[in-house]
Amino acid sequence: MSHPSTYEPSNGFSKWLDRRLPVLRLMHGQFIEFPTPRNLNYLWTFGGILSFCLVVQLITGIVLAMHYVPSGDQAFSSIEHIMRDVNWGWLMRYSHAVGGSMFFLAAYIHIARGLYYGSYKDPREILWILGVLIFLLMMAIAFMGYSLPWGQMSFWAVTVITNLFSSFDTIIPGVGSAIVRWIWGGYSVSETTLNRLFSLHYLLPFILVGVVGLHIWALHVVGNNNPTGVEIQSDSDSVPFHPYITMKDAFAMSLFWMIFAWLIFFAPNYLGHSDNYIEANPLQTPPHIVPEWYFLPQYAILRAIPSKLLGVIAMFASILVLFFVSWLDTSKVRSTKYRPIYKWFFWLFIFTCIALGYLGAKPAEGVYLFYARIFTAYYFIHFLVVMPLIGVIERPKPLPNSITEDVLGKGSSPSGGAGKPEAAPAAPENR
Amino acid sequence: MLAVLLTGGHEVRAAGEAPHIERQDWSFAGMFGFYDRGSLQRGYKVYKEVCAACHGLDHAHYRNLSEPGGPEFSKAAVKYLASQYEVRDGPDSEGQMYQRKGRPSDRFVPPYQNEQEARAANSGAWPPDLSLIAKARSIHEETAWYKAPLKILMDIARGYQEGGADYLYALLTGYQDAPEKMSMAEGMTYNKAFPGYQIAMPNPLAEGAVEYTDGTPETVENYARDVTEFLMWVAEPKLEERKRLGFRVLVYLLMLSGLLYFAKKLVWRDLGH
Ligand code: HEC
Ligand code: HEM
Repeated sequence: MSHPSTYEPSNGFSKWLDRRLPVLRLMHGQFIEFPTPRNLNYLWTFGGILSFCLVVQLITGIVLAMHYVPSGDQAFSSIEHIMRDVNWGWLMRYSHAVGGSMFFLAAYIHIARGLYYGSYKDPREILWILGVLIFLLMMAIAFMGYSLPWGQMSFWAVTVITNLFSSFDTIIPGVGSAIVRWIWGGYSVSETTLNRLFSLHYLLPFILVGVVGLHIWALHVVGNNNPTGVEIQSDSDSVPFHPYITMKDAFAMSLFWMIFAWLIFFAPNYLGHSDNYIEANPLQTPPHIVPEWYFLPQYAILRAIPSKLLGVIAMFASILVLFFVSWLDTSKVRSTKYRPIYKWFFWLFIFTCIALGYLGAKPAEGVYLFYARIFTAYYFIHFLVVMPLIGVIERPKPLPNSITEDVLGKGSSPSGGAGKPEAAPAAPENR
Repeated sequence: MLAVLLTGGHEVRAAGEAPHIERQDWSFAGMFGFYDRGSLQRGYKVYKEVCAACHGLDHAHYRNLSEPGGPEFSKAAVKYLASQYEVRDGPDSEGQMYQRKGRPSDRFVPPYQNEQEARAANSGAWPPDLSLIAKARSIHEETAWYKAPLKILMDIARGYQEGGADYLYALLTGYQDAPEKMSMAEGMTYNKAFPGYQIAMPNPLAEGAVEYTDGTPETVENYARDVTEFLMWVAEPKLEERKRLGFRVLVYLLMLSGLLYFAKKLVWRDLGH
């Protein structure tokens, strides 16, 4: 949010630089002074955690790429070479593999936070849409990365997922299979395919960095939402980003690191599939082909639909529908805290996502298929019917007049200094 | 039999339901897990004298046997041991390939030149490479849906990573007479842990077949345990280093979290939160 700068260059160099490229002034404004709602809870720490995850993936990934060989007969053994003979190679690889899972865990919490507190509503539509774009990119990157160890699951996941495009044959015969051959670079998944997946797995994260930059820019234009959904109105509603938010984020991140470290050091393969320690073999299909845990809900939706083409469409639609929630939600208030009816549906939706995840790991038959269809239906009903409808018929509970009132209780003056930190640099008189 | 020839018996595997397999206690499990040196050394002996006839260890080198965190044989012993193998090398300055004695830096010499030779020698079945087998298998446990999330969290909290070892032990001790009503395909043996119950590997272990010099009883169970522990080490040679570092990292993070918690409290104190 725009606020007058209090940045004072402190030495000769920073004065010199400030007149030529005020980058320190920018950083000071955005990461020190930046006024942040004082009532953010710990769900707001996941944005910072996600940034951390991205950096971990970049660093470990670049080191891994120094030793990895993207060739059909060496990819698998080059990973084993990294695990056994490269100094700290096992740490790099396990951090990158577990890191992918932790990235998705944080992203799912981050997205659920946004859905609960209505962070996608006016004026944060672009911020939200950039977030969905980030999510799509993450999925593409994770899918391509998973192919690189060239184990059985890598190979067969690539085969199954790329093959989905052949369903377009039912619209225009021949087009689907042509697309699939184009993606494969031949008539089957091969080393050629592996090479292009590696190339893109290296490229896309840097594009992701760019989109995350835009995401944070958009955030800093409109400012954070908060658990009440009431915007900042006066100085006492906000705290400067540093040290208040930085310290809170640091503490939360440290807890997150503990879970991360637990998985890396004590259960590095728990979230993976044992079949991926068998080298890829085009002649032998594994009994069950399952994706990584974070794709299971989407996989369940794909298989819930009897027609392959419609299944593919439903799977993509389950992500694309997120682009439109800013307009699908008709509620006048942002935060679900004040929405007595929608609250129930929100938790039903969370249950649906978890249930789809469970069903995605099961064979698509019998009761599993039956329930996968029910939950797939609710997934879409939630966005397309519940969100627009409840917003219209529900009477929200009264909102607090301000963030300060919500924190300190009624009677605290909304403009006054109650609880205002002494040393706050962000005290613009003219807001 | 033709099916077995074409698929290495995996058709059979896919067809069967996964049998129930018991979890075992392993010294390398858990936060403070470590390999039992004696067990690794005995396990190596079982591998060398029995399994090596059919199974290779492609990703392992002889030098690994003397490295820390493994069986830790002496360097001299490993040098001698490697020298007992013939390794194809070359080309020499005349352009000829030649045979030489093995060195510690060589990979484990495989029993067969290639998959075709292996199949020919095993009536069509292919004995898989064992260097990653302890991570390439796992056990399947049926859980009611409402218990599944808790079970997953418990396994993560315990750091359960021994599914492969549990399976190997069950497989190696799982040979029995086939039930009356079951008709076995030619060349197949009944095994209660193998998916589909028919395995192309004849029972490799028999009581007293491998001599133990440290007084450990020479039972099938002990052979199975030791060779499983050995195969776990081959699959995960950095396990001890990893767990030791992990413990230090966690202690560090615990202290860091404590400090950050109080620092955060201090910073927010004046806000009347
Ligand atoms: C006579 C040759 C022979 C010997 C000796 C032998 N195996 Fe095997 N092994 C095989 C064959 C053949 C298969 C393939 C079985 C199949 O796919 O049905 C196999 C498969 C296996 C498997 C894979 C089972 C699965 O889940 O697919 C393991 C593990 C294994 N052997 C371990 C051992 C161990 C440990 C030893 C030593 C104690 C050993 N084998 C000794 C021939 C042998
Ligand atoms: C690479 C992944 C991502 C990174 C690095 C990232 C980063 C951030 C950061 C640093 C913040 C500010 C801190 C916070 O309040 O949490 C933020 C806020 C936000 N993010 Fe993301 N994000 C990512 C993915 C996503 C996704 C997938 C979505 C939604 C589909 C999303 C939606 C939002 C929204 C709506 C906000 C503003 C929320 C608020 O302050 O109330 N983000 N993001």
